[in-house]
Amino acid sequence: MKLITAVIKPFKLDEVRAALLAFGVQGMTVSESSGYGRQRGHTEVYRGAEYTVELLPKVRLEILVDDADGDDVVDVIVRAARTGKIGDGKVWAVPVENVVRVRTGERGTEAL
Amino acid sequence: MELDTGNTAWILASAALVLLMTPGLAFFYGGMTRSKSVLNMMMMSFGAMGVVGIIYVLWGYSMSFGPDAFGEGKAGLFGNPFHYWALHGLMPDDDAANGFANSLLGANGVPSLVAVGFQLTFAIITVALISGAIADRVKFSTWLVFTGVWVTLAYFPLAHMVWGGGFLSGNPGGLAAKLFGLNDDGTTAVAPIDFAGGTVVHINAGVAGLVLAIIIGKRKGFGKEPMKPHNLTLVMLGAALLWFGWFGFNAGSAGAANGAAGLAWVNTTVATCGAMVGWLIIEKLRDGHATTLGAASGVVAGLVAITPAAGNLTPVGSIILGVVAGGVCAMAVSLKYKLGYDDSLDVVGVHLVGGLIGTIGIGFLATGTGLFYGGGIKQLIVQIVIALAAVVISGVVTTVIGLVLKSTMGWRIATEDEVEGIDVVVHGEQAYDFETSGSGHGVLSASLSKSTAPSEVNA
Repeated sequence: MKLITAVIKPFKLDEVRAALLAFGVQGMTVSESSGYGRQRGHTEVYRGAEYTVELLPKVRLEILVDDADGDDVVDVIVRAARTGKIGDGKVWAVPVENVVRVRTGERGTEAL
Repeated sequence: MELDTGNTAWILASAALVLLMTPGLAFFYGGMTRSKSVLNMMMMSFGAMGVVGIIYVLWGYSMSFGPDAFGEGKAGLFGNPFHYWALHGLMPDDDAANGFANSLLGANGVPSLVAVGFQLTFAIITVALISGAIADRVKFSTWLVFTGVWVTLAYFPLAHMVWGGGFLSGNPGGLAAKLFGLNDDGTTAVAPIDFAGGTVVHINAGVAGLVLAIIIGKRKGFGKEPMKPHNLTLVMLGAALLWFGWFGFNAGSAGAANGAAGLAWVNTTVATCGAMVGWLIIEKLRDGHATTLGAASGVVAGLVAITPAAGNLTPVGSIILGVVAGGVCAMAVSLKYKLGYDDSLDVVGVHLVGGLIGTIGIGFLATGTGLFYGGGIKQLIVQIVIALAAVVISGVVTTVIGLVLKSTMGWRIATEDEVEGIDVVVHGEQAYDFETSGSGHGVLSASLSKSTAPSEVNA
């Protein structure tokens, strides 16, 4: 199994979610997050005092998938989230040892 | 003089308008603080309402508008606090069959009790204005004591000197009469002009803010950590309420429902429009953006500047005064970073600078007596002198009060409390509940204490 994590632009969330649903992904965890990469923050001025805002708002998705689907799901996210402009975000996958569904106690791929 | 119901109705309405300015100020200042201290900022305004409102009817009105403590008619420093103590002498005669119809009438056929209500609201807002200079870091108890002492020793005397026939008024025994003498009929040749409180309210509060900011010291992290306004929509709401209330402040200061009130109303509006535009132009040129905070600040700068001048300028003169005030105040708010005092919400940059521009600007722009209107230089000199006198009086009195409170009660809360946030530590509250989860349970962040939880039915 794999844990796929994606950090994307907030306004792309709906498109990515729709694309993943069409692909067959049944669930995900979404959280608001902030950070920066090549896209830097911006400056704000209040009564002449300048503030640099380093961190930009992003959305972070976490999805557990079967090993066989890992690469495809990453591709689906990348296609849906891409605008071609700086700041589109990143997607990465890491192996997962075990997954348990809390309600039933099912383990492994059964729990996905 | 007969009771004038029209004038009385307008002053009653104006008093309510001016009282609304202080909660408006609480929003204006509260939005500019960080989210951890917005409640304390608002409570400094509301606290001032509580203390000053009570004091005003006990001895405030008497010290401001009662007979001079140095002798009836003298151009002294304050009124006798006991003459109208607790409004004694202004109440209707109990024995009279017609009750309140017998109330003591003041100027323009308005009962003196109505004037008390109107003037009370000015005292409250003036004290509340100071709080912006010392945001986030002051003991609430010390602040409350300060409001009572300062309004007694700085505000009431200055109100008496300027409006109550005292040292800085047009009284033939006053300072202006000493400068340029008397007319043939015994009146002061060049009387000072402070229509609604450039000296008494804005220079007074601005100087007090500067003095306290220096005595109390900077917020921890000032100039190093970001301290940006946490809610600009509150600031805009506050600016709107201040502008609305200011019509009572300025047009109400005409003392009657007449053309003079109309002129003050129009001048107040156009000067404020001019100042907002002036502030935004400076920002656009200097910083690249015309900001929301700049618009709100420009509005207040314009209202401040036109306050002493509202009755004596043409509308065009008011626009000029407003644009100048907005532009200059936009630049003046940066002074604190260069000079190193933490006037947190720019009481100095807006109220002191705006008050000086308005009070001195009268010397240039007043119809008839101003320099630009062929009145010569005498009015300008008188205006500069009363502005400086107000600066000195407020500066000396506030310094003494500030230092005495520093060495007795102490001004500052503990540094770790300041870092954690004054709202939680001093008031035991948080303005915003960020922790509560979407379900509204908030189980991780709070639980009811035993004394407030409802007892279980089957316990």
